[in-house]
Amino acid sequence: MEEEALVGDAVMVSTLTTSLADVAASGATLRAFLHGLPGVDRVGADQRAAMLGTRSIKTTAKAKAIDLAISMVDLTTLEGADTAGKVRAMCIKALRPGSDAPKVAAVCVYPDLVAVAAEAVRGSGVKVASVATAFPSGRSSLEVKVSDTALAVAAGADEIDMVIDRGAFLSGDYMKIFEEIVAVKAACGAAHLKVILETGELSTYDNVRRASWLAMLAGADFIKTSTGKVSPAATLPVTLIMLEAVRDFRDATGRQVGVKPAGGIRTTKDAIKNLVLVNETAGDDWLTPEWFRLGASSLLNDLLMQRQKLATGRYAGPDYFTLD
Amino acid sequence: MSRLSVRKTYKLYIGGAFPRSESGRSYPVTSPKGEFLANASQASRKDARDAVVAARKAFPGWSGATPYNRGQILYRVAEMLEGRRAQFAEESAPVRQGGKRAALEAVDATVDRLVWYAGWSDKIAAVRGAANPVAGPYFNLSSPEPTGVVAIVAPADPLLGLVSVVAPVIVTGNTCVVVASEPSPLASITLAEVLATSDLPGGVVNVLTGRQAELAPWLASHMDVNGLDLTGVADADLALRCEQAAAENLKRVLRPAQEDWTADPGIGRMTRFLETKTVWHPVGI
Repeated sequence: MEEEALVGDAVMVSTLTTSLADVAASGATLRAFLHGLPGVDRVGADQRAAMLGTRSIKTTAKAKAIDLAISMVDLTTLEGADTAGKVRAMCIKALRPGSDAPKVAAVCVYPDLVAVAAEAVRGSGVKVASVATAFPSGRSSLEVKVSDTALAVAAGADEIDMVIDRGAFLSGDYMKIFEEIVAVKAACGAAHLKVILETGELSTYDNVRRASWLAMLAGADFIKTSTGKVSPAATLPVTLIMLEAVRDFRDATGRQVGVKPAGGIRTTKDAIKNLVLVNETAGDDWLTPEWFRLGASSLLNDLLMQRQKLATGRYAGPDYFTLD
Repeated sequence: MSRLSVRKTYKLYIGGAFPRSESGRSYPVTSPKGEFLANASQASRKDARDAVVAARKAFPGWSGATPYNRGQILYRVAEMLEGRRAQFAEESAPVRQGGKRAALEAVDATVDRLVWYAGWSDKIAAVRGAANPVAGPYFNLSSPEPTGVVAIVAPADPLLGLVSVVAPVIVTGNTCVVVASEPSPLASITLAEVLATSDLPGGVVNVLTGRQAELAPWLASHMDVNGLDLTGVADADLALRCEQAAAENLKRVLRPAQEDWTADPGIGRMTRFLETKTVWHPVGI
């Protein structure tokens, strides 16, 4: 099964090198390219993800994995009830999650709270990410999406998490999405662009692979599974398919794209399964906070609790960790 | 036509479900005479951790239920136990002295014990609470509150002893993780079947079978456990280590003791795992 997948990928790469330059010349070529991608073996992807999920990571390896996972967390709050005070408190936690624990990679907030977050983490190396483009549904005009992005960038966002128009994707209007991503990327300026595919609404693994390639072709710096507002969110097979896509994309073009599973990753075990998946699929080039992130809020406390368990030898309790 | 005998697999009781041990281990249970009775699951520390998670999850709902409702549910447990009288007597007869008759008497005493504690649910606050006289225009009220998740090491008496330690803990609104008696765990799992069919929410009582010395220290040191009942710990050294570990987050601890389970229990076991909340309220003008 694994070999079949590899054979499929080799075919894909060879067709790519001839056609990638002008693949987005028109809606028809883009569509032909995306539908020409090899199909995903659904059973094989599920099995491979499940098999990699059984790896046993213990003691010192576990301690390292926990610290690596903490340093990859995009600490997120995306609620209607968010306040400046809550964002500030979260930023303090992001800078110093626990005694001698590493800093998280970034904080992720709504555009109107970017200024607050940027002020709170200034000079620390922790990035400020902002969702934009009519998050989470993406149902608005391109004009609104671009000014939403510009607002967040002007307020000091280092990274923009945009959503794609799933309605357009499912009805086959790939060019619309391509152009939207290009326009938002232009509005980002120096900020990194993460494109949220919302895989829970794409219905098939084939669509996940197509959407991944579509986003990368249009210039995404990161591809991200989900908004966290739709269930299922970041399942392991979906992350596996996206990791395969970024690996093949780098082979074809030389450009490296990051991956961010988000939503539904709540336990240390989930986080470590994701790290195993990265190492076994894309390779350890991706095993840094620069190229792999975990979008999460409650995950961080579980990582800290496991970390304390390793340090003290007693099971930790949530009473001793801050609520986000 | 002869039937194949249906052998029972004794599993754990965690969060309202009956899982096997995560470790896959089991151990043989024998009668005092050495006859093989059944295999019981041998829980690991991960099972203990899962049980604490389940107990914590059940705590808000159970402690928030009205005392009247908790009393009704305990009474319901007694009803269900009464209906399974013969089964419990048969199951506990081989592991106790006095044979079938003594076993039946023990089951009856267990039912009575449950009914007795069920009645306390809405009365304990009247006994342990108070309206305190203060020198100011305030009402000052103290009321007993459940302490949280209590880990219990159950005594050797397989049914009456077990119910006599579990009922006083849960009737006041605590949830618990019980390490069943190591030599005679079978009745505890059958009791769990009764609990599972008695409207008792899943996770309020969680039952682990296995090695006491392996499980108790992990529960004693667990930072998300608020109380520790060491009644069933026979090894003085183990009890001491558990007490020391429990000090880290100031658990309420009940020390091991030889008790006569047929005697009047008193309210000490209930009050041990209660904490008193006092509020000041201005008197209206």
